[in-house]
Amino acid sequence: MTESESRGVSAAGSAAVAPTRRGFISWLAVGWLAFAAGIGAFVTTMARFLFPNVLFEPPSSFKAGYPSDYQVGEVDERWKEKYQIWVVRNTEMTYALITVCTHLGCIPNWLASQNKFKCPCHGSGYYRSGINFEGPTPRPLERAAISISPEDGQIFIEKARKFLYEKGQWTDPAASIKTT
Amino acid sequence: MNLEKSWRRLQQQVVETQVWKSIFRVGIPNTNRKRVLAVLGNVVLHLHPVKTRKSGVKMRYTWCAGGMTFFLFLVLTFTGLLLMFYYRPTIEYAYGDMLDLREQVPFGIMREMHRWGAHAMVITVWIHMFRVFMTGSYKPPREFNWNVGVVLLVLTLLLSFTGYLLPWDQLAIWAITVGSNMARATPLAGYEGPFAAQIAFNGVNLVTAGSDARFGLLGGRIVGANALLRFYVLHCVFIPLIAAFLMAVHFWRVRKDGGISGPL
Repeated sequence: MTESESRGVSAAGSAAVAPTRRGFISWLAVGWLAFAAGIGAFVTTMARFLFPNVLFEPPSSFKAGYPSDYQVGEVDERWKEKYQIWVVRNTEMTYALITVCTHLGCIPNWLASQNKFKCPCHGSGYYRSGINFEGPTPRPLERAAISISPEDGQIFIEKARKFLYEKGQWTDPAASIKTT
Repeated sequence: MNLEKSWRRLQQQVVETQVWKSIFRVGIPNTNRKRVLAVLGNVVLHLHPVKTRKSGVKMRYTWCAGGMTFFLFLVLTFTGLLLMFYYRPTIEYAYGDMLDLREQVPFGIMREMHRWGAHAMVITVWIHMFRVFMTGSYKPPREFNWNVGVVLLVLTLLLSFTGYLLPWDQLAIWAITVGSNMARATPLAGYEGPFAAQIAFNGVNLVTAGSDARFGLLGGRIVGANALLRFYVLHCVFIPLIAAFLMAVHFWRVRKDGGISGPL
């Protein structure tokens, strides 16, 4: 057996068994990447798991009956419990106030005798219009989109569309129903 | 005299039984070596240093505030476990169960102990932090352990916060409403927070009232059934587990960083 023959045999034999340095490192990289991807997928799944697809909360928009159901000059509290909405009707218009205090999110009370909304948590006070005048609250109550449903003439209120006084949005046509 | 002799003989016999030896491997710790081995070989004691400095057990120096905090954590774990036998975290039952725990269940004081203990633990944590600060025990080599302690402080406050909702009375609901409203202003993750409006895809905001940090915390847009159940799980399982693990780290690091710091 010559020297070159023996070297050729041994080289071929070891190549079949022992991995090369480059091959080993690339497999290692693939392995680590797969591991990282697996952990990443698991963490994403876990995070997504905490955000449910179905909520058993009242819908954010609803039909609130006919305009004639509401007395002129009254703050109507019939939807407060279920939808957190006050419907206020005066001689000029009807608007829907969201019953969430703009200070820290409590639900104020309507005090008819004092003609104001008063928050029990920290004492913020609002006029019938929703404008704030006392307590720590920085801004007026928010109004929800209100319209007459073309289907049946009922009042339709959408809580998801909010109108903010400080942004000049209360004059928007969707922020109130004008009395004709 | 005779009595003492027979007592010693009895003691000797007990110590030499296989049951005793299988539990206590080193025998009566009457030498320094045996004392060290007794501490090292015990799963409960091994977090504790084998030897403590004289100043380490001085009440005037340590106030034992950390020890009291840990004691209260154990009291709260135990009383909380007992409360779990009666309390159901649903809107229908939570408030009633809380009242029944006080009025109808034997030793109604168990609920009050849990509540008072929780208040006390928040106080002792602050006292402990104050003592560590005033004695300069946060300085190297203990700076890492100070940070672990800060996380434990936050976990204590979170335990207090999540437990506050569980009675499901007006105070609880509105406190959590106000508290969780703060999450709306989280940078990036809260829909009213800084940079949230910039996270959009094709003009659609990704961080909304239905996908932000507050939503994840409450499991909904309002403090409702999901929030109650979620806070219950966080309060009873999730946060205590993390706190217990970090406490183990905290105590172990006290030892590894040179024991309770001595007076300067």
